[in-house]
Amino acid sequence: MKQDPHPTEPHPGGAAAVGDPLLTDDALTPEELAARWEADAPPSAGGTANTVSSLVAAAIGAVGIVLSLGLGLGAPAQPEPGMWPFIVSLVVLVLAVAQVFTGRGGGDGEKFSRFSLFPLFGFGTLLGLAFLMPVIGFEIPSLLLSLVWMKFLGGETWRSAVLYSLLVVAAFYGIFVLGLGTSIPHLF
Amino acid sequence: MLSGIFYGAQYGGTITSVLLRLPGEASSVVTVFDGYMMAKQGRAGTALGIAAVGSFIGGTVAIIGLTFLAPLVAGFALDFGPPEYTALALLGILLVATISNGGKIKALIAAGIGLLLATVGRDSFTGAERFTFGNLNLADGIDFVPVAMGLFGLGEILHSLEERHRAASVPAKVGNVWPSRKDLKQSSGAIGRGSVMGFFLGILPGGGATIASMAAYAVEKKRAKDPSRFGRGAVEGVAGPETANNAAATSSFIPLLTLGIPANATMALMFGALLIQGVTPGPQLVENDPELFWGVINSMYIGNILLLLMSIPLVGIFIRILRVRAAILAPITALITMLGAYTINNSMFDVLLVVFFGAVGYLMKKFGFEPGPLVLAFVLGSLLESSLRRSLLVLDGDVLGFFGRPISASLLVVFVFVAVLPLIQSMLRRRRNAAEAPAQPKETV
Repeated sequence: MKQDPHPTEPHPGGAAAVGDPLLTDDALTPEELAARWEADAPPSAGGTANTVSSLVAAAIGAVGIVLSLGLGLGAPAQPEPGMWPFIVSLVVLVLAVAQVFTGRGGGDGEKFSRFSLFPLFGFGTLLGLAFLMPVIGFEIPSLLLSLVWMKFLGGETWRSAVLYSLLVVAAFYGIFVLGLGTSIPHLF
Repeated sequence: MLSGIFYGAQYGGTITSVLLRLPGEASSVVTVFDGYMMAKQGRAGTALGIAAVGSFIGGTVAIIGLTFLAPLVAGFALDFGPPEYTALALLGILLVATISNGGKIKALIAAGIGLLLATVGRDSFTGAERFTFGNLNLADGIDFVPVAMGLFGLGEILHSLEERHRAASVPAKVGNVWPSRKDLKQSSGAIGRGSVMGFFLGILPGGGATIASMAAYAVEKKRAKDPSRFGRGAVEGVAGPETANNAAATSSFIPLLTLGIPANATMALMFGALLIQGVTPGPQLVENDPELFWGVINSMYIGNILLLLMSIPLVGIFIRILRVRAAILAPITALITMLGAYTINNSMFDVLLVVFFGAVGYLMKKFGFEPGPLVLAFVLGSLLESSLRRSLLVLDGDVLGFFGRPISASLLVVFVFVAVLPLIQSMLRRRRNAAEAPAQPKETV
């Protein structure tokens, strides 16, 4: 019944991720197991990703400083609404600039791969649900989201995707509308 | 119910550690070493059973400790003024950021952004609107729930979509779950030590279940007559860490309930959950609403007993849940998160915020920023700002006045020490490397 969407795809992290090493090599010491986990981890995001993310954080800090100045800083004895966000924004800016230089070697995070399109697609469907729910109720958007996630993102067969999606929506209708009587926008 | 969910989640991580060699959460990582080996030897039931018994004993010891210690700490904290709370909140955020797994600077940046997010909305002192950009939905600030649900919930679900292509593991078979008398006898020392160690490590800001379980494993291995047994299915390797992580999980309630300061990101979530239930943790809770306070403590006793009563007989059902495919679970959890976020304030804006923070959580994970410090700082943000501003008013703008009060001064000294320590260590390491570098060529000549 289960259908792996990428049954033969090795993980971009390397050869260690091929198949299921956990089931093939049982006699590992804790140290070897930790090393195996390390090897199984996806490749790190790298220096460019560090620079980009640090610059985004620096931009947040810089914008925070400008907006805080607009709110007014006041004096230590009489702080205005902008003083605290100004201090925090300044700290964020300084730390972000420091991170640009200290994190040049990368090491943190995970590299984007073509599999990163899956979360992007998932994000799109979640946004669709959020915008459609107040217009046509939660049932149809939830059914579509469930179907798309199970079939296209999860690799389920059409039959199980349709069956489980219908069951999920029916269960949510029973819980949120009939059981708890919440005011979730609903069609039926 | 909250404590029941909390204990259940702690134990849930153990099940996947033992049966799949996949730790469900960080505090169960060390359980994998011996728990999975026990499962491979056909003793999965024993591992799960001893983990449940250890968790129960560790949790009970910690609740008893909490029962006696919490009123004392709360009584002491009644003397705290704004400067003490400012220093305590700052120290808590710094410790959580520095103890986190990823880069320290990135964790501090995340905490800073959490503090900034907490400033969105109406300023409680002047009524001025900050960072709302004219949006009425932001006038009352950003609610804790969409931030936590987005960063921890949806962010993790989106990340799991990327991991889906990895092969699934098959759970090991489980036999008798009840540990034998011999197993219990062999584990009794580990359970006792794990209880005490977990209790004390859980109280520390930034500490908690993960550090406690790792420390307990290290201690058990060091104390063992034959350390080589560890990693090959030693029952103490499961009993010690599992006891310690539950004891720590319970005792980390002490700073939350008595000071109103969450000691770690998990407690920040618990803080938000208690607020939603109308419970405001802090020293006043013990003083003004003792029935509620002791009700929370009693619920921990009940939750802990239920953990023992339910975890052992229901192991078979938990294993069946493990067989539910991620492809089916992912949309269910995503929908629960979205619909649940709506029901709290009947607000579609909250749902959109969950999606937004879900994307932020995913990107933070990809770029190596931990969401924990952000959520903790977000929770403590308003307390920190109001305490700081009140302190400045009380001290007439004299920042050095914080050092004129013994408690705030001590906390700030610790703060400076924790902040500066990594820099000193880094400098010493660099100096040592530089000293060793010229010595190497001589050796090779």
